[in-house]
Amino acid sequence: MNIESVLRSLLVAAFIGLIEWLCRTHVIPPMVLIPPSQMLMHLLSLVSTGQYSQDILFSFGNIVVSAFVAIISGFFIGLAVHSMPRFRAALEPLLASYYAVPTFIFYPVFIVVFGVGHGSIIAIAVLLAIVAMITATLTGLDRIPNVLRKSAAVMRMSRLQTAWRIQLPAALPYLFGGVKLAVAYSFIGVIASEFILSGSGIGYAIAFAYNNFESDNMYALMLLVLISVTLINAALNFFDRRLQARRQR
Amino acid sequence: MQRFLPTFLLVIALIAAWQLLHLAIGAGALTSPWMTLTHLISMMGTVELWANVGETAKAFAYAMSLALVGGIVLGVLLGVNRLAGAVAEPILLNLYAIPKVTLYPLVLLCFGLGLSSKVAFGVMHGMIPILLFTMNAIRQMRPVYLRTAGTLRLTPVQSLFHVLLPAILPEIVAGVRLGFALTLLGVLIGEMFASQRGLGYMAVNAMGLGDIPTIMAVALLLTVIAVTCNSLMLMLDKKLQHR
Repeated sequence: MNIESVLRSLLVAAFIGLIEWLCRTHVIPPMVLIPPSQMLMHLLSLVSTGQYSQDILFSFGNIVVSAFVAIISGFFIGLAVHSMPRFRAALEPLLASYYAVPTFIFYPVFIVVFGVGHGSIIAIAVLLAIVAMITATLTGLDRIPNVLRKSAAVMRMSRLQTAWRIQLPAALPYLFGGVKLAVAYSFIGVIASEFILSGSGIGYAIAFAYNNFESDNMYALMLLVLISVTLINAALNFFDRRLQARRQR
Repeated sequence: MQRFLPTFLLVIALIAAWQLLHLAIGAGALTSPWMTLTHLISMMGTVELWANVGETAKAFAYAMSLALVGGIVLGVLLGVNRLAGAVAEPILLNLYAIPKVTLYPLVLLCFGLGLSSKVAFGVMHGMIPILLFTMNAIRQMRPVYLRTAGTLRLTPVQSLFHVLLPAILPEIVAGVRLGFALTLLGVLIGEMFASQRGLGYMAVNAMGLGDIPTIMAVALLLTVIAVTCNSLMLMLDKKLQHR
């Protein structure tokens, strides 16, 4: 372990310790924040009693589905756009402005189209995540050395074979950047949509607990979101570093 | 202008697709582009819309200035001090990936209903990208600049304003472009949950009433504002990159 990770762990531990101390000494009133240790204990008891298993499964199911849909369709759309340079030139300014549009505004329209439930939540999450994947695919394909493309032509590979055997592996490190963003955006899209309008899911459960002053449930679920985002991020970063190392070779 | 023609055609195609979708699923679910535009224009005649736009603009202005100052100051500090930067970066990236809506009960408890929690939401969303862009720009800056500043015996403040900031200006603009969009999103989400005023509240209120024309009109207004500001910053960005 290097010095940075040690310092980082110390910093995070000190921060959590500070909050714990402030809560225990009632500098932060228990109405506002409960101590982190208590949050964790409550989270463990919630998981063991299975009170929120339905909501947790609902949210994670949605996140997994929307991340997969966004990553796979984003990759293929990116491939298609990349093979049409004129269309791409027209599309690029729109892609650059895409994330300036607050996508959540369109959520009610999706609710009318898909109904309350999986469909509209997945739709908004995919909408949020897919463009990051398209952009990453375009960048990745741009960076493929020309010689690889030529070898594919020499070997008379079909369009599909070229995509699968040449373009995908060569662009993988860049694509993975897109995957990381797409996963983060799916997470944000799913949880936020559940907050705004939904009958189940972690986001809904947090909003419900907040409205009913169940602050221990609320903080336990918030902690669950924080921990799962951190773990998923750490896992993705681990794979990312391995891919980057492969590119260095 | 020749350059923008394909994009313009694509926008027309998108509007046509909107119209087709409207015809397919009916006016109850999605109003047509023309209906949305006329509804927006009739809304623009009311005082209510402008009051809400003003509220959102005020919250956004506060949030953006805080995010900008905080992001650049912290970014410069973390960029100059390599160890601090290396320690903080993964934490910041993780904070960036968290769905910040989850924290809204906490923000409400800390800041209460109203302007301050909207601003806090905006800053939470917008500051981290600006910070990360600034930090990485300083790290990738050519070391000779700082050594020159040292040779010329510039004070830290002088080297900040005459060396560091001019050197990283293009990256700051890129960071601000991203931060702008996210701050706007943050302020709107804050208004959706924590406010009785502003465009976000208007949208969420219309959602509750099932008032699709108003939702679409607000969405159109926000999209036009966001895309216009973004395109302007993109142009500035390109100009700075070519220097």
